[in-house]
Amino acid sequence: MRNTQGCFSFLPDLSDDEIRTQVQYCIEKGWAVNIEFTEDAHPRNTFWEMWGLPMFDIKDAAAVMLELDSCRKVHADDYIRVSGFDSTHGWESLRISFIVNRPKKEPRFRLQRTEGAGRTVRYSLETEPAD
Amino acid sequence: MNVIDKKAQASGEKRSRYSAGVLEYRQMGYWDPDYQPKDTDILAVFRVTPQEGVDPVEAAAAVAGESSTATWTVVWTDRLTACDKYRAKCYRIDPVPNTPGSWFAYIAYDLDLFEPGSIANLAASIIGNVFGFKPLKALRLEDMRLPVGYVKTFQGPATGIVVERERLDKFGRPLLGATVKPKLGLSGRNYGRVVYEALKGGLDSTKDDENINSQPFMHWRDRYLYCMEAVAKAEAATGEVKGTYLNVTAATMEDMYERAEFAKDLGSVIIMIDLVIGYTAIQSMAKWARKNDMILHLHRAGHSTYTRQKSHGVSFRVITKWMRLAGVDHIHAGTVVGKLEGDPNMTRGYYDLCREDFNPMRLEHGLFFDQHWASLNKVMPVASGGIHAGQMHQLLDMLGEDCVLQFGGGTIGHPAGIAAGATANRVALEAMIFARNAGRDIMREGEDILEAAAKKCLPLRQALETWKDVTFDYASTDTPDFLPTATAAE
Repeated sequence: MRNTQGCFSFLPDLSDDEIRTQVQYCIEKGWAVNIEFTEDAHPRNTFWEMWGLPMFDIKDAAAVMLELDSCRKVHADDYIRVSGFDSTHGWESLRISFIVNRPKKEPRFRLQRTEGAGRTVRYSLETEPAD
Repeated sequence: MNVIDKKAQASGEKRSRYSAGVLEYRQMGYWDPDYQPKDTDILAVFRVTPQEGVDPVEAAAAVAGESSTATWTVVWTDRLTACDKYRAKCYRIDPVPNTPGSWFAYIAYDLDLFEPGSIANLAASIIGNVFGFKPLKALRLEDMRLPVGYVKTFQGPATGIVVERERLDKFGRPLLGATVKPKLGLSGRNYGRVVYEALKGGLDSTKDDENINSQPFMHWRDRYLYCMEAVAKAEAATGEVKGTYLNVTAATMEDMYERAEFAKDLGSVIIMIDLVIGYTAIQSMAKWARKNDMILHLHRAGHSTYTRQKSHGVSFRVITKWMRLAGVDHIHAGTVVGKLEGDPNMTRGYYDLCREDFNPMRLEHGLFFDQHWASLNKVMPVASGGIHAGQMHQLLDMLGEDCVLQFGGGTIGHPAGIAAGATANRVALEAMIFARNAGRDIMREGEDILEAAAKKCLPLRQALETWKDVTFDYASTDTPDFLPTATAAE
């Protein structure tokens, strides 16, 4: 299955040139750019691993693209996402987040149902191994 | 004027303020053109249309009087109080541009006139008896300035835009939704089918309509159970957090709490209420939502009965301010391009009230005062009613990205089915956001951007083809007074 988290998952996978335009947009807005990766893109897995610290003072998207390249070398078969963080008062959170790398075969999520009284069901999702 | 007063006037003798009898409101202290509003005062501006022959200053003073301490006659018991402080003071009246016979009356109210943290109390004063006052032909509450000291007595939105985005893990684009259609008649099982298809196809959420409560064709428990099955399945199919706005509107608070608790037990992230449940019920549900990590959606059902006509009622910007205080996370605030009333400039004003921490006075957007929100959470405005994928560039340009776009008919009416309709909307949105961020001028190139995206997405191609000519181009009734001509919805 295609995991559709992030801002651009319904578009064809972004090329490096396309990623660069979005990174440049973040930089122009004054946002810090983060690269994060994970093998488990469960919807409640908020904290993906950080590829270094957020890049706070980057002036050029090229620097981010270099970091992305090195991350991809190590985590070619993981999810990688790029996000822009806005430290402005009253926001102090992400402004954008999008996936830039996916496993060749994306894992599925298995829906677990625990039945209760009165036809109620408790739902939980379990990440299935890719194979 | 009573007999004593007439005699006094005839003899040129000034009548004492507290002599028994009737005195003009302006003479009772409710008109004070020299008054300097205090930072702590609540300010209101009314559009006052006096009856023939009624002096506008007296009419405006009467509004101040009747919405604060006055009654129709002098009462000696005023003198048992610090009555100068408690009298609201009309301090300014301006003729309404291009509208003979109507005036904007600015009135200041001392903060001590109001109970902290109660919209019901505020409303009972400001829009209480005064709206039926006979010497006025019509009266409209246009705007209010709520001082920071008063704002801080309210909880504000249970969740707020930022935390909502964090909880849903959705950043950088408007949220996408759809109201399940037909509004009435679907069984719980069929209803859940619509929810599942729409969410799996790419929407973030679906929504009950305002009048979906618990009817013979579908009782509330059945709807909740099938809807949450649909939500959970769609989450598994996409890896995304999904939601459906379960309407908990009911006849009593006990019923609403019961429904909200059930929604929570089933794992819903969001519930909804209708404006018609009343201010107190809304504040109660906002407290419940804060306590239970629940996003609270407000459908503004009923508002047009008193917000739409310019001459009489309450402006929607006042309702927006009250609802931000009361603590809802979402409010329907207009689409501009869709099927429901909404002048672009006025709508802009409502969106700003929801999302900014400070609103400067902007008469052309209907904002009469500076308003500080003192870090109160932000409300997510919702655009709903007659919008479709082909308008994506206009919607994004006018409404910005911190809003919910509800495509009900524009999802469910897609010729290839609900999931295809959802995909069309999601692709159109992502393509437009991408293009905007990449520096393209979406208002000029919008249609090209959509066409290019549609080449790679059949559902979008079908959507654009189906709805390409649909517009709702009617003049708005509630338009700004401070532009030379009214702006038409485009």
